[in-house]
Amino acid sequence: MSSSVVVRPEHKTPPSRPQTTRQVSTLPLVAPSVIALLLWMIVPLVMTIWFSFQRYNLLNPDAQKFIGIDNFTFILSDPGFWISIGTTIILVVAVLVITIGLGTLLAVLFDQDFWGQGIARVLAISPFFVMPTVSALIWKNMLMHPVNGLFAQITRGLGLGAIDWFADFPLLAIIIIVSWEWLPFALLILLTAIQSLDHEQLEAARMDGANPIALFRFVMLPHLSRAIAVVAMIETIFFLTIFAEIFVTTGGGPGLATTNLAYYIFLKALLEFDVGGASAGGLIAVILANIVAIFLMRSVARNLDT
Amino acid sequence: MAQKTSRHWLLTLLGWLVACLLFFPIFWMFITSFKTEVAAVATPPQLVFQPTLENYVAIQDRADYFNYAFNSVAVSVGSTLLSLLLAIPAAYAMAFFPTKRTKGTLLWMLSTKMLPPVGVLVPIYILCRNAGLLDTRIGLIIIYTLINLPIVVWMIYSFFKEVPKEILEADRMDGATTQQELRHVLLPLALPGIASTALLSIILSWNEAFWSLNLTTADAAPLTAFIASFSSPQGLFWAKLSAASTLAIAPILIFGWLSQRQLVRGLTFGAVK
Repeated sequence: MSSSVVVRPEHKTPPSRPQTTRQVSTLPLVAPSVIALLLWMIVPLVMTIWFSFQRYNLLNPDAQKFIGIDNFTFILSDPGFWISIGTTIILVVAVLVITIGLGTLLAVLFDQDFWGQGIARVLAISPFFVMPTVSALIWKNMLMHPVNGLFAQITRGLGLGAIDWFADFPLLAIIIIVSWEWLPFALLILLTAIQSLDHEQLEAARMDGANPIALFRFVMLPHLSRAIAVVAMIETIFFLTIFAEIFVTTGGGPGLATTNLAYYIFLKALLEFDVGGASAGGLIAVILANIVAIFLMRSVARNLDT
Repeated sequence: MAQKTSRHWLLTLLGWLVACLLFFPIFWMFITSFKTEVAAVATPPQLVFQPTLENYVAIQDRADYFNYAFNSVAVSVGSTLLSLLLAIPAAYAMAFFPTKRTKGTLLWMLSTKMLPPVGVLVPIYILCRNAGLLDTRIGLIIIYTLINLPIVVWMIYSFFKEVPKEILEADRMDGATTQQELRHVLLPLALPGIASTALLSIILSWNEAFWSLNLTTADAAPLTAFIASFSSPQGLFWAKLSAASTLAIAPILIFGWLSQRQLVRGLTFGAVK
């Protein structure tokens, strides 16, 4: 899909390997996967491009006709579209910063030896396995609900009054929910990376009189950079297309406050039945994702070499 | 020594505090599922109460719960098997017979994950409708297979990479064919890795909520859609919702707990050991 990183899928026979007598043609082995993914990538994309130049509304399908770039000019001049792009960026960056920042601190904590550490770790990573629709509902109904939610009950008990999260701070509420879901993922991977750190090296640095902050800054953090890159890449893939959490809690509102790009296109396609407009929006989303992908792929490619 | 002990206890306290905070929403949901509907919304919230199983019984009475659960199992297991079937030969070829295109092919596969699902929602919806795959388990299985295939190929590739080449060479000297080599040497060695790949694929499919919400209505709707259908009534059925949620996440949570170690190795594509 990403034109910049597309590689043609043909495979030549492998270079001769002196230590074996057998040549294996890899083409029939690799081809099924490659063809499946090629179809998955190209067929919908071509259809999206086709629709994006059509006037095509499911409520009035007979009026379908070629209208050039009208869909694009319409989408690009819709303030809602730009708001949704801004929301997407805020959402992705905020959750990345929270999960990687807190995840690093917690990984250092869980690297320490303490009583019941194994069980505590299992509890801490559990949110990752909970399906997004369930997490969103727990947070919406049982924790952030302005009347019966636990947060409201606690703040009211302290005499502070209740916060109506989804009315007053809708985007923050979504950020908190998604961060809760993904913090365990960052923790798990960063913890594994820390545990692979040579502890003798740490000990030596400590002997030399390095204080804990210097240890963290100059020994641990450089060691973690690769793991952080991996976490950032995988998380970005998923955060760009956050959908279920918004679908279940705010429905994109109030107004457009929590409408990210994914939800904006969903609204266009399935609520306004505007296939042409939704396809134009989808195409723009694909282009934007490609720009992000180029940067992410570079960091992964670097990791592949070593 | 005294200083060391106090540090130990401080760390224990801090570690458990963090763990409990993160786990609390799940714990609270679990507790609420054993409350009556009245107790579930009581002020102040009750920690001590008379537990009841009535919510689970009520869910059981809604016969369609098991239909949703069956769909979840069928779709996640089906798509996992299908993607393993496609991925194992490809990963084998790329891990042991790399060409100069291998790295590019791997990266390209991963890049298809970057495709925002909404970008192709309309065409996929129309294709599924025309092929009669809308609201069918087969339709979801095909889509989940394609979504997870890049990650599955990557994980199995990185597990195959860890198999010592010498073992395969020795086997080859003994005159084993490719098929024998795959079946008798490589698969047993890579089995733990393949198992954890399968687990991750099942977890991802089980929790996938974009395509399942958009492409299913009733017949093939998995648990994600079942739970989402509870989002409209404003807090009227919290205890029942909690019971349903507990049932929906319990299998996958236990899966995750058991496989957490292996999951990490796979998830980082071998970039982090």
